[in-house]
Amino acid sequence: MHSNIEHRTSQIIFGDVSKFYGEILGVNRVSLAIAPGITSLVGPNGSGKTTLMNLMTGLIQPTRGRISILGISPDNPQELFSKVGYCGQFDSFPKGMTGYEFVKSFLRVHGYSNKVADEKTWRAIERVDLIEAAHRKVAGYSKGMRQRIRLAQSIAHDPVVMILDEPLNGLDPMARAETIRLFRQLAKEGLHLIVSSHILHEVNVMSDRVVLINNGYILAEGGVTGVREEMEEHPMQIMIRCDLPQDLAARIFASDSVVEAQLHRDKQGLFIRTRNAEAFYLLLNRIVVESGMNIEAVAPVDDDLNAVYQYLIGSNGGGQA
Amino acid sequence: MSSMIEASTVKPAATQLDWSLWLRQIRAILRIEVKKNFWGKRALLLYLFAAIPVVLMFLLAIVDPNGSADIRNKWPNAQEAFGNIYEGLILRTMVFFGCAWIFMNLFRGEVVDKSLHYYFLCSLRREVLVAGKYFSGLLASVVLFTLTTAGSLFFLYYARGYPANVDYLFDGPGMGQVLTYLGITILACLGYGAVFLVIGLFFRNPIIPALLVYGWEWLNFLLPPVLKKISIIHYLHTLSPIPLNEGPLATVVEATSPWISVPSLIVFTALVLFLASIRIRGVSHPSNH
Repeated sequence: MHSNIEHRTSQIIFGDVSKFYGEILGVNRVSLAIAPGITSLVGPNGSGKTTLMNLMTGLIQPTRGRISILGISPDNPQELFSKVGYCGQFDSFPKGMTGYEFVKSFLRVHGYSNKVADEKTWRAIERVDLIEAAHRKVAGYSKGMRQRIRLAQSIAHDPVVMILDEPLNGLDPMARAETIRLFRQLAKEGLHLIVSSHILHEVNVMSDRVVLINNGYILAEGGVTGVREEMEEHPMQIMIRCDLPQDLAARIFASDSVVEAQLHRDKQGLFIRTRNAEAFYLLLNRIVVESGMNIEAVAPVDDDLNAVYQYLIGSNGGGQA
Repeated sequence: MSSMIEASTVKPAATQLDWSLWLRQIRAILRIEVKKNFWGKRALLLYLFAAIPVVLMFLLAIVDPNGSADIRNKWPNAQEAFGNIYEGLILRTMVFFGCAWIFMNLFRGEVVDKSLHYYFLCSLRREVLVAGKYFSGLLASVVLFTLTTAGSLFFLYYARGYPANVDYLFDGPGMGQVLTYLGITILACLGYGAVFLVIGLFFRNPIIPALLVYGWEWLNFLLPPVLKKISIIHYLHTLSPIPLNEGPLATVVEATSPWISVPSLIVFTALVLFLASIRIRGVSHPSNH
């Protein structure tokens, strides 16, 4: 009995949960038990990842079934959010706030005193490496900075469960690597991290477990180790917007990890395929430093559903579990 | 790991009835809301709107020589005229639409801006969120519209001329009337604020219900006695320091005593806020709202 309770209070549990938006299926008959560590929800856009996350945080209510976050029901926000932090996908902020004010204001809403909120704010901002921009208005931040300040806001109250919806979206390679390092550190500290992603490479480098979801159904779940070898063979596609794409293409072919490079139609960018994204990002950083090239954006474009199925469960994804 | 343990020791306690925590949270919401909604560029229009009666009184009582002469020579008529301006322009129009703007935006504005979820993701009871938002709206509307009322009264009394104005204010019934007008303004903000907060929570497009309430409040003088009492303006009207004639078409109703009017408005506000607290528990993520 005691171990049952302990089990329930240390896990995130979905018991036969369904969510319908009118007649549209969000998720159907989801039963999961998520232990501490990094768990990635993997699936294409619209597969139900965000619905699962919104259900976990009580932002939407299930049509059927029960959810328990470390033994707490999501309809008890006062207790739930003393333990849970959620970094959603909405790129919107309260008007007129600086990064520091944004993080601190909501810590005060949690109920922290001014002094404690101040300390926690700086600690969180430091963790996402935004100290220098902390007193600038969020409205003037780049997309990556906005993503990082949202992340700071969600970790600032030291939650034990972090729910992160596409947290690496919009980050440059350096920030991406730093953020993944931060996630690993948090997982090592005993936190639950639930991360949604449709980028296989990200899942590969950071997850302990994956939950594969499509059309609202859980198709597979389990450890990443078993599929890692297959995934390493999967070439990842990355889009780079820059001022000298031809020059960049010539330089990156010096790397063994790049298997293909293709100029964008507007001649202002490049698509590359690599078997080793980490090595490629390091190479890209070196090229930028050496050549002074102006890189406008770097974004993985590996959102191909078939790739997910092929490399995670080896099917075409036509069936439902 | 040590930082996590350290952090947990200073985490706010979430007990069943933690009033000090809730008060801290309400203060935190107040700070955010006041800064966001009442110091921003968007608030400028509201300030200009609230200044209209003051400017009008300035023009009538100071700039227009006939107006100031009338105020000096026909003081009882001037008082009645001000009573009508106060009820028709300040109370029924400025305070009404000002509260509609302020209170409907507290939730609806955040749903539109997609920023309401930041509150929903805090360790915060939804009822406390309603209270915090309501008090921030109340603070702004009370400050704004008591200043409007006080500014308008200032020009009325100024035009009466010295020392008659000072005598009337401090040795006559003047101060009582000023305080009564200010009190009515505060009660109007209290009542209309609660109504518009709920409208903002219940309706995706709150303009139509707000206009219906406006119509109901304006036509109140025509309604049968029972229906007349189901309105905010009825109770505010009966509190007026200068008895006002509602016109030949008005239904005659026995005046409600202030001892009933004031508590009725406060109880009504509390009930409406209770309704808002129930409603907010069921509000979903902004994307689904």
